[in-house]
Amino acid sequence: MEVRKPGIKNKNSNFRGQTLLFRAMIIKEFKHVIRDSRSLFFLLAQPIMMMILFGFALSNEVKESKAVILDKAKDGISHQLIDRFNQSHFFTVVGQISDEKDIQHYFEKGLARIAIVFPPGLADDLKHLNQSTVQIIADASDPNTASIAASYAGAIFHDFQNEELGRFKIPYEIKIEIKMLYNPQLISAFNFVPGVMTLILMILGAMMTSVAIVREKELGTMEVLLASPMHPMQIVLSKGIPYLVLAFINVLIILVLSVYVLHVPIRGNLFLLLAESLLFISTTLALGLLISTSTEKQQVAMFISLVGLMLPSLIFSGFMFPIENMPLPLRVISNIVPTRWYYGIVRAVMVKGLGFWSIWKPTLILGTMTIVLTGIAIKKFNIRLQ
Amino acid sequence: MKKLFVIVRKEFAQIFRQTAILRMMILMPILQLILIPLAADYEVKNVNLQIIDFDHSSYSRDLVQKLDASPYFRLVATPSVPEIARVNIEQNLADLTLTIPLNFEKDLIRESKSTVAIEADAVNGPKAALGCAYASQIIADFNNEVRDRLLQMPRFSEFTRIEVASSFWYNPFIRYPLFMVPGILALLVTMVGALMSALNIVSEKEAGTMEQLNVTPMKKYQFILGKLIPFWVLGLVSITLGLIVAYFIYGIVPRGSYVTIYFFSAIYLVGALGVGLLLSTFSDTQMQATLISFFIVMFFVLMGGLYTPLDSMPDWAQKLSMINPVSYFIRVMRFIVIKGSGIRDLIPELKAMILFAVVLNTLAVLNYKKRIG
Repeated sequence: MEVRKPGIKNKNSNFRGQTLLFRAMIIKEFKHVIRDSRSLFFLLAQPIMMMILFGFALSNEVKESKAVILDKAKDGISHQLIDRFNQSHFFTVVGQISDEKDIQHYFEKGLARIAIVFPPGLADDLKHLNQSTVQIIADASDPNTASIAASYAGAIFHDFQNEELGRFKIPYEIKIEIKMLYNPQLISAFNFVPGVMTLILMILGAMMTSVAIVREKELGTMEVLLASPMHPMQIVLSKGIPYLVLAFINVLIILVLSVYVLHVPIRGNLFLLLAESLLFISTTLALGLLISTSTEKQQVAMFISLVGLMLPSLIFSGFMFPIENMPLPLRVISNIVPTRWYYGIVRAVMVKGLGFWSIWKPTLILGTMTIVLTGIAIKKFNIRLQ
Repeated sequence: MKKLFVIVRKEFAQIFRQTAILRMMILMPILQLILIPLAADYEVKNVNLQIIDFDHSSYSRDLVQKLDASPYFRLVATPSVPEIARVNIEQNLADLTLTIPLNFEKDLIRESKSTVAIEADAVNGPKAALGCAYASQIIADFNNEVRDRLLQMPRFSEFTRIEVASSFWYNPFIRYPLFMVPGILALLVTMVGALMSALNIVSEKEAGTMEQLNVTPMKKYQFILGKLIPFWVLGLVSITLGLIVAYFIYGIVPRGSYVTIYFFSAIYLVGALGVGLLLSTFSDTQMQATLISFFIVMFFVLMGGLYTPLDSMPDWAQKLSMINPVSYFIRVMRFIVIKGSGIRDLIPELKAMILFAVVLNTLAVLNYKKRIG
């Protein structure tokens, strides 16, 4: 029986050899990514496009809603009110009609969202009866916009009543002081910058890694790689590293755009934010790895990423849709979606300027997810090899 | 013609052989239709409210009770000091803090005025603004009640009031699924039409089987039609699936006719397939095709008014949406399903969609080269 006892020197050189090999692999993978300049372009253009779209084009704000007016009163009060609607930046008066039936016409062609109806004798009623009723009719096919526009219209009437019709000072008044924390000007960028970061990292980390690995399988070159002296895990890891770097570059691009173009400052510690981003990127890479072990076809890997990851990421991050409004089963599911935790972390550090003590919980959850996912992926990978 | 039939049959056979992809194609619309409308409920309700009551008077208790009873708010905490309230906001446990100061009741009665303070977590601006508006509304109502009680005057008073009666047409109960489902149907058709067809063609390139197809006596138009017809059919199948899911899960029955829906889908799909074909000519690997189509579909969908209203966009973006086929289709689907519009109401959209179909496919065919390299 021969007991092999490799000397320390031997072990060292073996280790060095492995490191060299690993480095060579990573360089090879980088070349793969860089050579495909079209993909690279889109990988880097995606965050820029999304930041600019969300920054300058998309918003949930309801403003300049097209309003049509049916003025049956045609008196001083109704004219004053129409002026108010004209001046308000929440509404654009697109026309005056004389028949209720025309409202339907305006709504069905999408020419107006809201109709305001002044009753006949508005000024007289207010003068003699102290009361009159105006009607707001909203096209509620878009329920969100309709209810917000209706409440803005209600506010215009309310203000008018208080400013123009109040004859003496109202007694027993409760005043309300409102303070908007973190974002006093209610800039929507504070909400979407963390959201865009989350989505972009998810696409890059999970989808790109899984497709890149499965591509080797589909083309049959995976077998060649596996026959090399490299450990299978190293092969897979070296596939992920270029995307890790790319994802990190994207984080930097997003942060630079956010600070210098959209003027959303980073209030917390930049290094904490970057470290947490690295953690999240590792989670997404682990997910990508797991997907790649369970399929042989690029198209399948992609669809799993799109349906199984992108969709839940978009829905459950809390960025586009409020989690607290969801039915209970969905709220429970949202807990196992990594984007939800990362989104919370970015919001806390970047917008609220909080420190590590307030985000240790999501950090721990993300860390655990990464370890568990990698563990499952390695196990599945080894089974496949046998 | 017979040759074309054979090619189409071969493509179908290939699609049906890949059960994984087929399963995805069926699963995707169903999942999306189930999840997104459930989640996409923008209505601001369940705002997490915390109240610091320094006064502990009967008035302050009444106010707390009134806020707690409102469906918009969930009273999550009644911290005794502002420090705890701040931590709650930082940890996202509360969205809104109402502070009722000491002597709230006394000031209101003796000095005839009193002040309360609201602090909102405004990271999500619109939500914070709405939450504050609701809270202000409730406090104003409370104020009116208190005033009536203190003045003991009849409701019919010298205060002039404009009452507002609101009515919501087409969707009187403000149901969000009714709004989201047609939009998602449009998204689905786009994905099947543009993304799947692009991937399919590119996978032939990548696998090298494109070369083999090129040496067959098949004509260019036959190849293209052979690739596109199966996806045109699949697109219509996916919309059928979508409509079935919409009916069984949300009970949504289109107010307009099914004929109109299929008519517009059929025309729109031709345009979407043109996008797919065009994309496939630009990419050599499935990865490229995925990235490019993802980029473009994302752009079209976000700019098409699926999640955020087109009216809220700045002028330049609204002009841009004029050349966005997805925005027309989303609009058409919503109009047919929710408002019951017919073809006659949608003539401008119809013209635009035909134009897109012609232009996109012409571009794609011109750009398409039968030989690689």
